[in-house]
Amino acid sequence: MSYDAPAPSSKDALEIIFRPDPNVYDGRWSNVGWLQELPKPVTNLSWDNAALVSGATLTKLGLEEDNIIEITVAGRKVNAPVIAVPGHPDNSVTVHLGYGRQAAGRVGSGQGFNAYLIRTSDAPFYTTGTLKKLEGTWGLAITKSHFQDHRSKAVSGEGTGNNSLEADEAINERGIIRYATLEQYKADPGFANEGETRPKTEMDTSMFPNWEYKDNAWGMSIDMNSCTGCNACIVSCYAENNIAVVGKQQVRIGRNMQWLRIDTYFEGDLSAPRAHFQPMACQHCENAPCEQVCPVGATVHTPEGLNTMVYNRCVGTRYCSNNCPYKVRRFNFLLFSDYETESLKLSRNPDVSVRTRGVMEKCSYCVQRITAARIEADKDNRAIMDGEVVTACQQACPASAITFGNINDKGSRVAKLRSDERSYQVLADQNTRPRTTYVAAVLNMNEELEQGPAEHPAKG
Amino acid sequence: MAPTDLKPKNPSSPTNPIRGAGVDPATGEFRVLGLGQTFLSVTQKIAGIVLTPETPLGWFALFSVGGAGATVLLVAITWLFLKGTGIWAVTQPVAWGFAIINFVWWIGIGHAGTLISAILLLFKQGWRNSINRFAEAMTIFAVVCAGMFPLIHVGRPWLGYWLLPYPSTMNVWPQFRSPLLWDVFAVSTYATISVVFWYIGMVPDFGTFRDRAHNRFAQYFYGLLSLGWRGSSRHWMRYETASLLLSGLATPLVLSVHTVISFDFAVAVLPGWHTTIFPPYFVAGAIYSGFAMVLTLAIPLRKFYHLEGLVTERHIDNMGKVMLATGFIVAYGYGMEAFMAWYSASHWEAFMFWNRVFGPMGWSYWVLITCNLAIPLTTLWSRKLRTSIPFMFFISIVVNTGMWFERFVIVVTSLYRDFLPSSWGTYRATKWDYMIYVGTLGLFTALFLLFVRFLPMIPMNEIRMMLPGAKIGPKAPPKNAAEVVN
Repeated sequence: MSYDAPAPSSKDALEIIFRPDPNVYDGRWSNVGWLQELPKPVTNLSWDNAALVSGATLTKLGLEEDNIIEITVAGRKVNAPVIAVPGHPDNSVTVHLGYGRQAAGRVGSGQGFNAYLIRTSDAPFYTTGTLKKLEGTWGLAITKSHFQDHRSKAVSGEGTGNNSLEADEAINERGIIRYATLEQYKADPGFANEGETRPKTEMDTSMFPNWEYKDNAWGMSIDMNSCTGCNACIVSCYAENNIAVVGKQQVRIGRNMQWLRIDTYFEGDLSAPRAHFQPMACQHCENAPCEQVCPVGATVHTPEGLNTMVYNRCVGTRYCSNNCPYKVRRFNFLLFSDYETESLKLSRNPDVSVRTRGVMEKCSYCVQRITAARIEADKDNRAIMDGEVVTACQQACPASAITFGNINDKGSRVAKLRSDERSYQVLADQNTRPRTTYVAAVLNMNEELEQGPAEHPAKG
Repeated sequence: MAPTDLKPKNPSSPTNPIRGAGVDPATGEFRVLGLGQTFLSVTQKIAGIVLTPETPLGWFALFSVGGAGATVLLVAITWLFLKGTGIWAVTQPVAWGFAIINFVWWIGIGHAGTLISAILLLFKQGWRNSINRFAEAMTIFAVVCAGMFPLIHVGRPWLGYWLLPYPSTMNVWPQFRSPLLWDVFAVSTYATISVVFWYIGMVPDFGTFRDRAHNRFAQYFYGLLSLGWRGSSRHWMRYETASLLLSGLATPLVLSVHTVISFDFAVAVLPGWHTTIFPPYFVAGAIYSGFAMVLTLAIPLRKFYHLEGLVTERHIDNMGKVMLATGFIVAYGYGMEAFMAWYSASHWEAFMFWNRVFGPMGWSYWVLITCNLAIPLTTLWSRKLRTSIPFMFFISIVVNTGMWFERFVIVVTSLYRDFLPSSWGTYRATKWDYMIYVGTLGLFTALFLLFVRFLPMIPMNEIRMMLPGAKIGPKAPPKNAAEVVN
C-alpha cells in the first residue's frame, strides 16, 4: 500500500481530509446520546458531522452554511452539509468519519453522512475531490450563535475589521475574556481587573447586608490558561447529574440541557484566529438575579452560598432564566427525561433527581457530592477538608483547569486562586458577585510561530 | 366639565370649526348625542337590541367566527397541557414569548375601559356615557384573555395556585420579592373591581329590561340581575354613591395595574428591561391601545346596530384626541430609550438599543415605529381625519398592531442577545403560538357578541340624563316618574 501524496490536480480541486469524529470517533460511540448531543469542540455542532471548510472557501464556492453539497472523490459521491470553521485552511475540506450509520441503534442510526463512502484504502487520510452545491439545506443543530456572528467585518459580518461581533463584544467591551501576553503580564500583573470594562466586585455596593457564612462557602475557580475546550467536563456532568438528551430538533431550537457549556470566542482574522474557551455553568452568585424574581421561591440561597433549585417547588415561569445574565439555566420545555427505558434507569445517579417536564434546572456545584463529603466528615466529627469535594467536571478535566472548594478556608486551593491577581469575575459590573471566578490566561507566544507559516524556516 | 367647555364661546362665528353643527339647539351646549333623541327613543333603541327574539344574521355569522377562534384556543391549550410549553417557540435565551406579549397586550387594552368608566366619570366627562358600558365589557373580556396567559405559560400549570398566598400545610409562602407575584395581586384586583363596577352600572338598566320584557324567562333573568331595582330616589342615591366610590377605587388601578406589569420587566437586570421609564410608558401605551380597541369595536357596532345617534362622530373625535395625547407619551418613551442608550454611557444599554433597531430582528422595531408613531401621530392632528369613520377604523387597527409589536420588541429583542455573546439566539413563533393568539381574539369576539346580544351595551340610564329633557332647573316641577323610567 502506498501512502504517496496524490498527484496535484486541477486548480479548483479541493483537498479532502478524513478525520475521526471528536465525539463518536470512528463510529463506535455513535449510539451514545450524550456524545451525539455534545457540541463538538470549535464547531459546536451537535448530532451531525459536516464538511468543514474555511470561511473564505465557503464564500469562494458560493455556499452558505447548512447548504447540502455533493463531494465527489474519484467517482464516489456523498452528500454532506457544509459549515465554516474559523482557522480551517483554505481550499480544503475536512470530513469526520463515524457518522451515517444505518444500524447503530436507537440514537445513532441515520445521523449525519457516511464519509467512509469517499474514503478508500488508496487514500485513507487525505485526497482530492470536487464539490457541487445541491438544492436545499440539511438542518444542522449548532448550539452556539450563528455563522453571522463569527464573521468579521472584512467578510461581510457584523464586527469591526478582522474581529467578529462576538469577539469584539466578549473581549473588548464586556470583559468576558481577559488575557495578556507574558510581556504585558510582567509589566502589569493586575491586568485582569484594571480598566473601564474590567471592574472588580465591591462588596459594599449594595444597601442590603451581605450574606454570612459560618462554616463553608463553596466556590469554583477555572483556569483559562489550562482549558482546551475538550468537552470532557460536559460529558461528566451528563453522567453525574442525570441530564436529559433532548434530540436534534430540540437542540436546533436551542433547548439542549447541558448545565455546563464551553463558550468559544474567536478573536482576530478568522483564517488564523485565536480561540478562547470558557467553561460556563451556574456562577452561584451572591446577589443572584434569579433568586429575586422567582414567584414561588424555587431557587434559593443556601447557608453555604449555593444557589439551589428546588425542583419540587418549581412551577416553570422561566423568569429566573430571563434574568440570568449568564444564561446557564436550562428548562424542561417538554418531557425530556426518559422514564421508560429500563437500561437508562440503571444508568442514573441515584443521588440526583430526574427532572420532569416544566421544571427549571441548572448546575448545582454537585451538591450531592458536597452532602456525601459532609456525611463522611460528620462521622469523624471534623470539617470537610480541602479537596474532599470534587465536582464531576473537575474530576473529568484532564488539564485540571477546574478547582473547587471552600473559599472561607483561606488555605484552600480555591481561596488562593480566588485571591490571585489574575482572577476575575465575569460580568462583575452587574454586581452579581459570582462564586465562580476565572483565572485570566497569560500567553507566552512563540515568536517564530507568530510570524506565520509562510516565513517559517521549517517550511523550507 | 366646566360650563365653559359645555357651551361654545361663539358658535355662529365663521372661524369656529364646528360652526354650530355640534351645538344642541335646546340647551346651547356642545352636542354629544345625535339630534332628536328622547327618553323613549333611547330606551327603545337599546332595549330593542336585546329584548327581541330576532337575532340578526350578521350576529350569527360573526359569532361563528369568534366561536371558531375560541375552539382553536381550546384545541391549542389542550395540546399545550398535554405536551408542555415546548410546543411554543420559547427557548434559550428567549424564555418568554407570545404568551407574555399577549398577556401585556390584552391587559393594556383593558385599561381604556377603566379609564373611560372611572377617570372620565370623576372628571364629569359626560360624553363617556355612550361608550363606557361596552368599553367596560371590553375591559373584562380583555382581562379574561390576559389572565389566562400567566397561568398557561408556566411549565406546570396545575401548580399555578402556588403563586397564591394560601395557608399551606407545608408553611410555604410565595416569594414576595418577585414581580410575578405582584402581578397576581394586581390582575386579580383589577378583574374584581372591573366586574363589580360593570355589574353595578347595569343594575338600573336591568330594571328597565325586566319591566319591558315580555318573555317569562327574560323577566326572571333580568329580574334576578336587577337586584330588586325600583328606581326610587333612595336607589338612585345609593347607585350614584356606589358608582362614585367604585370609580374612586378603579382610578388608581388604571395607573397601578400596568405599572406593576411593567415591573415584570423593569425589575429584571436585563438591558432593555431594566428601565425606570417603564411604568408611565406602559400606562400610556395601555391607554393608547385600549382606545384603539374601543374604536375597533365601536365603529362596526354603531354601524351594525344603527347607533350613530348615540355613538357620534364627537365620540370618535374625542377618542382620537386621547390617542394622540397618549401616543405622544409613548413616543416620549421611545425617545427616552434611545436617549438613555447614549446618555447612560452604559455599553449594555447602547448595544441593546443598537441591536434592537439594527440587529437581525430590527424589522420588528420599525413595524412598531411605523404603526405607533409614524402613521397615527402625523394624521390624528387633523379633525377631518379624526371624524372620518373609515380612517379611524384603519388607525385603530394600526395602533393595535403597533402596540402588539411594542411588547414583542420589549420581550424578544431584549432577550435574544443579552450579556454573553455565546448565548445569543433567536425566536421563531410556531403555529401553536399563533393559534393561541388567534384563539384569544376569537374568545374575545365571542364573549363580546354575547354581551351585545344579552346585556345593555349602552347605559340607558346615563344616556337619558344627557338628553335636553333631563336638564331641569333647580325649581322645575318633577317629571312624571313613568316617563323617566321608560
